[in-house]
Amino acid sequence: MDLNLILQLTTSGFLLGGVYSLIALGLSLIFGVMKIINFAHGAMLVWGMYIAFTLMNWTGIDPFFSFAVSAACLFVLGYIVQRTVVNRIMTFHESMQVIAMVGVMMVLENMAQLIWGPDPHSPHTKYSLSTIWLGSIMIDTPRLLAFLLAFLIAAAVFVFLKYTDIGKSIRASADNRTGALIVGTNVNRVYAVCFGVGAACVGAAGSLLVPLMPVSPHTGFPFKLTSFAIVILGGMGSLPGAMVGGLMIGVAESLGTVFIPSSLKQVISFGIMVLILLLRPKGLFGGKG
Amino acid sequence: MKIIYSFLSILLLILLLLPNFVSDYILGIFVLIFFYAYMGQSWNVLTGYAGPISLGHSLYLGIGAYISTKLAMDLGLTPWIGMWIGGLGAALVGLAIGFLGFRFGLKGVYFVLLTIAFGEIGRLTVLHLKPLGHMMGLFVDFKPGLANFHFRGNLPYYYIALGFVVFSLIVVRALEVSKWGRYFVALREDEDAAESLGVNVFKYKMIAIGISSFMTALGGTFYANYIFYLHPTSVMSMWVSIEIIMRPIIGGLGTPFGPLIGSLLLTPLSEIARSYFTKAGLEGIHIVIYGLLLIAAVLFFPGGIFAFIKKILKPILRESKQM
Amino acid sequence: MPLLELKEVNKNFGGLKAVSQVSFELNGGEILGIIGPNGAGKTTLFNVITGFLKPDSGEVWFNGEKTVGLKPHQVCKKGMVRTFQLVKPFIELTVLENVVVAALNRAKTIKEAREKALRTIELVGLKEKTNTLSSGLTLGHRKRLELARTLATEPKLLLLDEVMAGLTPTEVDELIRLLKEVNHRGVTILLIEHVMRGLMALSRRVVVLNYGQKIAEGVPGEVVKNRQVIEAYLGEEFAGAQG
Repeated sequence: MDLNLILQLTTSGFLLGGVYSLIALGLSLIFGVMKIINFAHGAMLVWGMYIAFTLMNWTGIDPFFSFAVSAACLFVLGYIVQRTVVNRIMTFHESMQVIAMVGVMMVLENMAQLIWGPDPHSPHTKYSLSTIWLGSIMIDTPRLLAFLLAFLIAAAVFVFLKYTDIGKSIRASADNRTGALIVGTNVNRVYAVCFGVGAACVGAAGSLLVPLMPVSPHTGFPFKLTSFAIVILGGMGSLPGAMVGGLMIGVAESLGTVFIPSSLKQVISFGIMVLILLLRPKGLFGGKG
Repeated sequence: MKIIYSFLSILLLILLLLPNFVSDYILGIFVLIFFYAYMGQSWNVLTGYAGPISLGHSLYLGIGAYISTKLAMDLGLTPWIGMWIGGLGAALVGLAIGFLGFRFGLKGVYFVLLTIAFGEIGRLTVLHLKPLGHMMGLFVDFKPGLANFHFRGNLPYYYIALGFVVFSLIVVRALEVSKWGRYFVALREDEDAAESLGVNVFKYKMIAIGISSFMTALGGTFYANYIFYLHPTSVMSMWVSIEIIMRPIIGGLGTPFGPLIGSLLLTPLSEIARSYFTKAGLEGIHIVIYGLLLIAAVLFFPGGIFAFIKKILKPILRESKQM
Repeated sequence: MPLLELKEVNKNFGGLKAVSQVSFELNGGEILGIIGPNGAGKTTLFNVITGFLKPDSGEVWFNGEKTVGLKPHQVCKKGMVRTFQLVKPFIELTVLENVVVAALNRAKTIKEAREKALRTIELVGLKEKTNTLSSGLTLGHRKRLELARTLATEPKLLLLDEVMAGLTPTEVDELIRLLKEVNHRGVTILLIEHVMRGLMALSRRVVVLNYGQKIAEGVPGEVVKNRQVIEAYLGEEFAGAQG
């Protein structure tokens, strides 16, 4: 097999994996604290993409700068979703939780379609087609930038969780729900902020994807499913697991295209997900299974 | 009980005579109402009665549809027989998924994710199989005739779909009064307690998923011979699974009439929304409404509309019992 | 031959020895109590005996058969059934429906199971609640329901995990009478109990666990005077001061 091709695919998969990591980070954070799977995660990604796309069309602001706006908007959206729906279903049976979140997904995904229309848009940035050569490996500049920004944003989230009061409360309630309750933090606010931060992560990730691929209302769906696979791989609720898992799935999907058509690459993530579910449901990084 | 059965007989009589009074278009809507009620009931057997949540039932629909259609197209086997073979195929796949999930003790969201994963693997695989039409989908040649399961107009489909609904109601009612059904409900309510009282949790979950996937696949054959076109995106995507689960949830999960009630409400709504809003350029709004309904159902009617109706009817039924 | 025999049973969770080298025997018709401070491994022991957990080593013999490796439902078929410390009624079912599920363990038909369930419900004194949803029961009634379910499986051995906790004194007295009646009908009982009055009234013999180990065994009145037992419950200083 061609070593150069392998290196090429590994690099590009790794770089896209950085964005996967950020998406999965949000999902895992929400699950870790609230034990709820955010089925609307893909729809939130799409909202992030459209916000960045619209800003670019109106004001010309580059998506690599406007991710902050996307993140802020999605924070508000996540906060609202938590207060109106998620907070009321926290004690419900799991099946009811899944169903309510599927409802949220349907609303958000199709609202995006109503607002921005069903057709895909392919925005062009100045650097869309620019590349950097690293020896014999070609690197897409937007992919590299997206990767770097994704990790910067993730780092910011980790700092937020580690050093701010509300961030510490979030981590505390992820470790032990009742424990944080006893200490007397305002649990409702902690949950809402946590959901907001999770949504902000995926919103920012959406922004970063704008220069890489066309925007359409249903772009988010495969990403959501992939991020499920990542979170299972890394361990539900494990944040470092989400980061590493994202990179691993990114590389695995990319390398898989050597053997199977690229439209089938998701089968690889699902295959990995099934294996991990069966053999190590707590994920590679322990997590709180 | 007696009052319920006489009510049902009258309802059935009305439905049998209905085609004399309505247009073909309305009949078409009823075909869909019955189809989704049947599919919802099939899913209800697993998730509503026994507990494990499946968001991958489109896989069984697809397997049933493709198997019976391929057998009809390539071997000339009538779908009336092919549908049972499709059912067995789907049941085998369902049992395999169940074996993996239940043997390894996957519960709650973990099992949901497993079913989603297999549903998507199935969809993507079919999308790449040449004999199944590849990306273009599979067109079913229209050859009218009873043996081919192909008919002009909605009338025959109306009666077949009604037959499916009656069949599924009989199955579910038979389950409810049997040992199997009682065990299903027990393990839905509390697996550990059921297990400690002598219920083989693994075995009965397997039975539930076997029945459920088999029934779903039969509906797949109906779909193929009503729509005449199969494409993985239209029969095997997660959206199809969501369509399947909507009706029983709105109507009443784990109740015999929930899927039918849910379908009577939702299917016309979605048909109207689809035709009117799409004309107005508001494509997708019916799904937004669906989503809001799902959320509202969970928040305000956790037992579904069937439970609500039962609560209203309870005093009436009690009075009739005393008389 | 004892009805139940444990031979050097061990169960670890990570580094924690939840149950360590525990052996004891229980004869048919007997009522044996298991006591010990919180976290002594009592419930873990129940889980091991009834097949919810597999011991790391050791043997469990029931009625002349080894039961290690059997699933809880198989253990139930053999005639050994347990209650849960936190009661687990089938919430959306009525009392009758709850007990019918259990009665199906031996009954051939639904009709037979129904009849047996009705008799059992009457025995535990829940007759008026037969058609009440179990979600609407008080804790005392839920505990009776739990008991009715286990009895409806027709066990030889009943394992009761703190069935008296949270009950009023009157309810405790009624339960004692009921359990004596059950025992009188030939059901052997192994019970974990913190309500000392209940324990003293029922069991002739107790086993004391602490940190997963059996530290004493004997007649209740004597065991509670045992120095190690007092230490386990009250801390070493207290025992020292007494001695």
